[in-house]
Amino acid sequence: MLTGKAQDGVMTTQERPNQLFRNISAKIAALPMIATALVVFLGGTLWTIFYSFTNSKLLPRLKFVGLDQYERLWTTNRWLISIENLLIYGVLSLIFSLVIGFVLAALLDQKIRFENTFRTILLYPFALSFVVTGLVWQWVLNPDFGIQKVLRDMGWTSLEFDPLYNPEIVIYGILIAGLWQGTGLIMCLMLAGLRGIDEDIWKAARVDGIPMWKTYLFIIIPMMRGVFITTLVIIASGIVRIYDLVVAQTSGGPGIASEVPAKYVYDAMFTKQNLAQGFAGSTMMLLSVLIILIPWAYLEFGGRKRV
Amino acid sequence: MKISKTLLACSSAFALSTAASATDLEVTHWWTSGGEAAAVAEFAKAFNESGNKWIDGAIAGSGGTARPIMISRITGGDPMGATQFNHGRQAEELVEAGLMQDLTELAEKEKWAEIVKPKSLLDSCTLDGKIYCVPVNIHSWQWIWLSHKAYADAGVDVPSNWNEFVASAPALKKAGKVPLAMGNQSWQSKGAFDVLIIAIGGIDLWKKIYIEKDGATARSEGLAKVFAEVSEARKLSEGSNVQDWNLATNMVITGKAGGQIMGDWAQGEFQIAKQVAGKDYTCLPGLGVNEIISTGGDAFYFPKLNDPEKTKAQFKLASVMMSKQAQVAFNLKKGSLPVRGDVDLASANDCMRKGLDILAKGNILPDSNQTFSPDSQGQIEDLMVEFWKDTSITAKDAQERFAKIIDTAE
Repeated sequence: MLTGKAQDGVMTTQERPNQLFRNISAKIAALPMIATALVVFLGGTLWTIFYSFTNSKLLPRLKFVGLDQYERLWTTNRWLISIENLLIYGVLSLIFSLVIGFVLAALLDQKIRFENTFRTILLYPFALSFVVTGLVWQWVLNPDFGIQKVLRDMGWTSLEFDPLYNPEIVIYGILIAGLWQGTGLIMCLMLAGLRGIDEDIWKAARVDGIPMWKTYLFIIIPMMRGVFITTLVIIASGIVRIYDLVVAQTSGGPGIASEVPAKYVYDAMFTKQNLAQGFAGSTMMLLSVLIILIPWAYLEFGGRKRV
Repeated sequence: MKISKTLLACSSAFALSTAASATDLEVTHWWTSGGEAAAVAEFAKAFNESGNKWIDGAIAGSGGTARPIMISRITGGDPMGATQFNHGRQAEELVEAGLMQDLTELAEKEKWAEIVKPKSLLDSCTLDGKIYCVPVNIHSWQWIWLSHKAYADAGVDVPSNWNEFVASAPALKKAGKVPLAMGNQSWQSKGAFDVLIIAIGGIDLWKKIYIEKDGATARSEGLAKVFAEVSEARKLSEGSNVQDWNLATNMVITGKAGGQIMGDWAQGEFQIAKQVAGKDYTCLPGLGVNEIISTGGDAFYFPKLNDPEKTKAQFKLASVMMSKQAQVAFNLKKGSLPVRGDVDLASANDCMRKGLDILAKGNILPDSNQTFSPDSQGQIEDLMVEFWKDTSITAKDAQERFAKIIDTAE
């Protein structure tokens, strides 16, 4: 098909060379990147999946044990708690990041005074690493030094606020720190999106007498689809790989109440010296990402072709 | 941080004084707390005096952080000159893969087999009849550290064993103290559990489970008693909102907590706080019930290197670490017991003497690092930290889960 078409081109106008050699210099320039992607990303992924069926301990070795590692994984309490935490953290962080980020951006977009200052303040936490964020919030939420102590000193002596030391709610303590760090960036992305909306649309909406909240909800947000999708991808990738925040804030505690999958994988591979178990965990993480990604990619790119 | 900097400064100062022909040898370890850093500086000094140069590669953040870094450096083809591991099986696969220097020749020349006591330490270094590491100290887990200040504040006598400790807990709670300080790290929970097995269940029970890995014993009445005791003990540790072991020790030092079950490395912290054993704090080996100590500790391994000069320096370092002089200087600062039976620790304090006596009597057990693979250790740690911190798990459930781990343990 392809070559036939190319031959046609050669015969008739001499304008359409072989598709493969079109833009040849750009393709050569991209070769190292393609090779890296194939060898490092795809190769590494396949290698990991392959060895998750062995009983490799500290060093990889080829002794196959079938699905044993996966069986152990899904009967291990710590892994189940990790998944549950990731779900809670993921769903809530997705919702709150988007809502808080958008509301902040909308507020900043009201042509207020000192917008630059507010924007800097709100974006500033994003300049801190997760480790620093985690340590700061570890102290803020510590009942003996942080919020609880301050409020008790002010007279509210019956107050109990120790999210990091209560297994029931510890994941929300981590969520607070995560949101504090991340919403600034989301706000900036949203603000950029809002600024991209034509002034005339606002004017038209005002002329028609549509209330402001309705304008946002039914006109502006649908117009910002691209921004929302970018934001979604950024938040989602941040959720799956969450690790350093937990390590800095609680190191998985109290007990194992704030464990997350990435930490399980790291601990299995390096401190428990059980590579295959870690590989099984990371394969499951990849799988969960694919389950979300494939339908989305299908809707996003597959649909367009048909139009 | 400050200490490791001082240490670096020290080692470079020593380096300046040595001859130009010195061979550099990088030594990695995770000894960064005050007493630990002072102790490792003794090794550096002794090694530098031998005409070589100790390059200090301290990795902060305890063994759990340091070991992955060390292992990935060795397997990744960037080995250091020498590295610390705990006695036991942490480096087993590295040795099997032929990445470690064989020290048998040196060991035979210096007759390590005769001087190292207890013998199990050298056995842990041995694979297929060849010796791959130098044991440098003995650390034991089976201690409880009690704060005299806390008990004085609560108006009760300092307990002399575990049962009295439990009985005195309500008085401490009333005085606003945490009876039992316990950090959040998982290895601390597991360590305390192991110690309680020996104190409450007895030595034979421990051996059946931890050496023979007998699942039936792990389900027995005897261990059920231990789990019941731990389920009470975890209520005593409520309110100790700290992560690291030395912060928990600090609660005992400052009198905020009554006691802490922790290995004898806690002693270094009391020493730095200028507290005196018997006057400011009390130590009870085996929780004052079963006086026995496990012989865990640290050993140094020497990755294979291509440079023959460096290999020579490695052997030199191994020999220095085993020497009488270095053993005494190092262990006094570290608060641990020497691996040689033939050295005299004249300036040892009360608690170290208790340990030495028990060692001399031969009341010793191997450390669980020597009997379990890191994988099984990790599984038990996960279970224990969950059990200690989550009071909704019943002793019975926890025991069944523990037994399942023992069934498949390696």
